[in-house]
Amino acid sequence: MGKLADWYGLLEPLKDASKSVPLWGTCAGLIFMAKDVGMKQPILAVMDMVVERNAFGRQVDSFEEDLDMIGLEGGPFHGIFIRAPVIKEVGSAVEVLSRLKDGRIVAARRGSMLVTAFHPELTPDDRVHQYFLKMCKQAQEAA
Amino acid sequence: MQTGTETVKRGHAQMLKGGVIMDVVTPEHARIAEDAGACAVMALERVPADIRAHGGVARMSDPGLILEIMKTVSIPVMAKCRIGHFVEAQILEAIGVDYIDESEVLTPADEHNHIDKHGFKVPFVCGCRNLGEALRRIGEGAAMIRTKGEAGTGDVVEAVRHARAVLGEIRRLTTMRSDELMSYSKEIGAPYELVRETAETGSLSVVNFAAGGVATPADAALMMQLGVDGVFVGSGIFKSGNPALRAKAIVQAVTHYNDPKILAEVSQGLGEPMVGIGVTTLPESERLAVRGW
Repeated sequence: MGKLADWYGLLEPLKDASKSVPLWGTCAGLIFMAKDVGMKQPILAVMDMVVERNAFGRQVDSFEEDLDMIGLEGGPFHGIFIRAPVIKEVGSAVEVLSRLKDGRIVAARRGSMLVTAFHPELTPDDRVHQYFLKMCKQAQEAA
Repeated sequence: MQTGTETVKRGHAQMLKGGVIMDVVTPEHARIAEDAGACAVMALERVPADIRAHGGVARMSDPGLILEIMKTVSIPVMAKCRIGHFVEAQILEAIGVDYIDESEVLTPADEHNHIDKHGFKVPFVCGCRNLGEALRRIGEGAAMIRTKGEAGTGDVVEAVRHARAVLGEIRRLTTMRSDELMSYSKEIGAPYELVRETAETGSLSVVNFAAGGVATPADAALMMQLGVDGVFVGSGIFKSGNPALRAKAIVQAVTHYNDPKILAEVSQGLGEPMVGIGVTTLPESERLAVRGW
């Protein structure tokens, strides 16, 4: 993903776009948005956080887990984690939205940027998508 | 916390869509594949073209080699076990490979039964030549399907035949009346429930890649335009004159499979492709795709 964005000159245009267009990254997308991913690879570096790739191990360690997420009503959200990253540290302006039971951060927001370490698109529950749409509306109204 | 569920097994394959999975035999190959933008690598002792040339019994690779490759790259690593050889699969699961290919490229260990893949936490990909075979493998728990083609030939004709068969049969299925589905299930030897589900959704319930004979960016784009979700390239890259360049070109071709201008650009100056074997010249006994039941 990062490599193709780099080869086709998309890194700078995407970085610019992130200043005005709401942006949501899941899993690899979260990594792509992070400022620090612990290794050298093409990233946007637009979100002030330190990320660990493959934080839970390999595919056999991929898992499903119910999560409490700030901003979502109607009970826990079923998170699907596939060779997922975690957020190790966030900058002061970043709001943590969800943590695993052991405290590790798996969802966060800064302004009109949203990141989730899990895959809401693999569940029929559209509440995180609705949450992002609400962010888009807020961004539109603010502009 | 639940691990090894159908959702995480099938979900992993969703993340590979639109990508290229490359056969590699050394950590150096794996690094070249990762740098070229491969979405995963298949760790092997020998690529299919060499398995053909070598003859004899082809088995699971040395776990030590697979572990070396796993240490070298950050992308998912797949490995092959023989059809029906569930102990090879247990070993591959124990070392933590990300996907197991129960593959006809290796010599089958069981001529009647495939592995019961539901019992594993690691997901499986399996080959098929037609819809019946695809649905039998999904019924056994495969979380991803690939059309077989004819591995190690560099001849795309069988890959095309198998992709057209699977996708064409799905299209036909969607036009059938519900009272025709049981008889059709019997005809193709597939579980009725999966046939009904496929008729309703108009697609397989798992991701479907093409494999077996893809050697050029044009071959890869051809398979994508026929409607598969991504491409496996076996011997086509590391048996060619310039693997790094060809690997990157095939990745770009799969991303831009519908853009002939980009396909023309990336197809230039790649050096020698792998030396192919015309599938029509292969005797039946040397065809790998007929393995699988």
